[in-house]
Amino acid sequence: MSEEATTMKEKLTPILKNYGMIIAFVLVCLVMWALTPHFLTPTNLLNVVRQSSIIGVMAVGVTFVILSGGIDLSVGSVMAVSGMIAAGTMQNGGGIFLGIVVALGVGIAAGLVNGFLVTKGGITPFVVTLGMMSIARGATLIYSKGYPISGFSETFRFIGGGDILGIPFPIIIFFLVVLAGWAVLTQTRLGRYTYAIGGNEETVKLSGINSDFFKTMVYVISGATAAISALILTSRLNSAGPTAGLTYELTVIAAVVIGGTSLSGGRGSVWGSLIGALLIAVINNGMNLMGISPYFQELVRGVIIILAVYVDRLREQ
Amino acid sequence: MPILSMEGISKSFPGVRALDAVDFDLERGDVHALVGENGAGKSTLMKILSGVYRADSGVLRLDDQVVEPTGPRSMIDAGIGVIYQELNLVPHLSLAENVFLGREPLLRTGAINWKKMGTDFNELIEPFDVPLKPFTQVSSIGPAYQQVVEIVKALSLNAKILVMDEPTAALTGHEVDRLFELIQRLQGDGVSLVYISHRLEEIWRVANRVTVLRDGQHISSRPLEDVTIDSLIKDMVGRDLEEQYPKAEVEHGEEALRVEHLTKAGICEDVSFSVKRGEIVGFSGLVGAGRTEIAQLIFGYRKKDSGTIFLDGKEVSIDHTWDAVNNGIALIPEERREQGLVLGQSVFDNVALPVLNSFSRLGRITFSKLRTVIEEIVRLIGVRTPSLQQQVKNLSGGNQQKVVLSKWFVRRANIYIFDEPTRGIDVGAKVEIYKLMQKLAQDGAAIIMISSELPEIMNIPDRIIAVRGGRITGEFDRKEATEEQVMRAAFGIAEDAS
Repeated sequence: MSEEATTMKEKLTPILKNYGMIIAFVLVCLVMWALTPHFLTPTNLLNVVRQSSIIGVMAVGVTFVILSGGIDLSVGSVMAVSGMIAAGTMQNGGGIFLGIVVALGVGIAAGLVNGFLVTKGGITPFVVTLGMMSIARGATLIYSKGYPISGFSETFRFIGGGDILGIPFPIIIFFLVVLAGWAVLTQTRLGRYTYAIGGNEETVKLSGINSDFFKTMVYVISGATAAISALILTSRLNSAGPTAGLTYELTVIAAVVIGGTSLSGGRGSVWGSLIGALLIAVINNGMNLMGISPYFQELVRGVIIILAVYVDRLREQ
Repeated sequence: MPILSMEGISKSFPGVRALDAVDFDLERGDVHALVGENGAGKSTLMKILSGVYRADSGVLRLDDQVVEPTGPRSMIDAGIGVIYQELNLVPHLSLAENVFLGREPLLRTGAINWKKMGTDFNELIEPFDVPLKPFTQVSSIGPAYQQVVEIVKALSLNAKILVMDEPTAALTGHEVDRLFELIQRLQGDGVSLVYISHRLEEIWRVANRVTVLRDGQHISSRPLEDVTIDSLIKDMVGRDLEEQYPKAEVEHGEEALRVEHLTKAGICEDVSFSVKRGEIVGFSGLVGAGRTEIAQLIFGYRKKDSGTIFLDGKEVSIDHTWDAVNNGIALIPEERREQGLVLGQSVFDNVALPVLNSFSRLGRITFSKLRTVIEEIVRLIGVRTPSLQQQVKNLSGGNQQKVVLSKWFVRRANIYIFDEPTRGIDVGAKVEIYKLMQKLAQDGAAIIMISSELPEIMNIPDRIIAVRGGRITGEFDRKEATEEQVMRAAFGIAEDAS
């Protein structure tokens, strides 16, 4: 009897370990469907995924940082500043191409500064990116003087508003970013070193690897994903606002953590973060459809974050 | 009547039978050594005794009374004190707070009675004759004194049986002497001890009985008078050890490494030496003599103030670890768990770490080729692991060290620096490590071996360099050197000391 119980458990454990998050996600979707039939319509589903893409793209970048044992609190503000400066560039006659380059340039530059301060300055990532969060927000306000910059070309507005074969373009960007993140993490040195640095950085150094360089790169990737999200958001709203992306960093970190990536580094994946971002969007959407008060929504989100990590902890044991 | 009797103790973990009907008796006032290779079941047996694990079957008697442990608390109350290898003190609390953790004397207001805590501590520590003040922070005293505090804590909990797990691992020679005096005093006070150690030569100095476990089974229990080191090792590994220290005659080639006037303030001064291809050079000295630091300076893990490094006669500049690796230097670090391995990653990931850059095409890692190479090396080194996907934290110490070695077999080097390569690993695995070092030497590598174990340093290297206080204090040909000479140079014993 107990023998059977153990084998049953032994069989179930790896399934839960590998697919636990997907099972949870499907369950939540089923619940939402049961409660609000409108949830499972194609329009609504595409809507949910599109909404998750801005958080989701950044979650891919932040997954790198968290896997390396760091944290990036600056993505929300970096998104705002790169969107704002790109918007300004385009308003001042720069083309869409220049706008995209400027956005990515700003995001990457912020990531480089973060990475440099963490590795060469020896300041903990929490403090560095907390500072950068404020610096980038301040830069946004200074650059925009507090006013939004609005109105862009039809071509630019395709990024956030267009679709290909009925699939919204932000969703396509999102999945391409996830795929790229997955490929880098599993197939390249940068990815493998990211896991190893999160596991034990000293060992990586003593294996003759320039860990400082690779650590800097994870912040660069995070900054670049913030810039991509900035392009989607600015294009979708046809406007870059000075308070864009406020507290997004926390939702992004929540998505990564819900996705099973360990905050102490070394363990996790971008697929998890994808599910995490989708889960948050589904729950927001479901609660909106059900007409639950936004005050309650906030509370429910908090409970779900803690619950998700608790379940993750259970399956680790 | 023994104070402790464990009878037919069995314990299984998923996939492993850790203990198979093991008997263990501890007589009152004895110091009973418990030895065996890693994975033999020593720690499991002691964790059952301390209530951390529950045995699947078997009987535990204390003073002839059957005891059913319900957890660590119940065994502490029953008079069992365990001093683990990793000391369990809270570093930023004071010594007295640590000793009375969880049972602090209180004032009537509910606040802590610091005065009483201080006097109680002084009373407890007094017989040990050590200069320890109650409100010193734990982090500011060395491991030897921390151990004393642990012992005091155990005794204050009325421990009648003390288990000491590798107590000398972090101690210097002099501190070991003091610990043994302390153990004798405890023995005199009627405390019974279980003493676990990998340093077999210690056992004759401290214990009067020895029990050998192997593969979860009880092999022998004998008074030490009846035991020789050879018979002990034979019991432990289950076969005759041809040689604990295998010998290999290797032709020495050209000079591979020359270090000149290596200096770093506060660490080492004017260190000069050279190593030839095929040669093994041993670095002997006390913990803290600067040997590890010298290795790290050569490897570019620390920045030197001055000094020159020559490889194959050519001057090279090594400012970072990757300079060293690209120049064909490998360092097998002292703290293998903290510095040599990523414990949460697989054998494959660990071995692949230093070679990923040579197995990449257009930025993409060529996993299939890499896997073939790693499989071959892991087999050659003899890493015992169920698969390459096994997390290294689940391997024994000896196998973990072999994983570290595998890294530097895949990424071939010309110069290997081994820092305490056999620390904390069992006798059988030690011999395998020696043989692997000799194989590297035969293949033309130059080898530096840092070791604090005298028997090892007297038997494996071709040449012995003694280091004390960051300086080279002697250099000996192994064939002519005596233990006494090396010890004098390394430990700083004056010629006229008597």
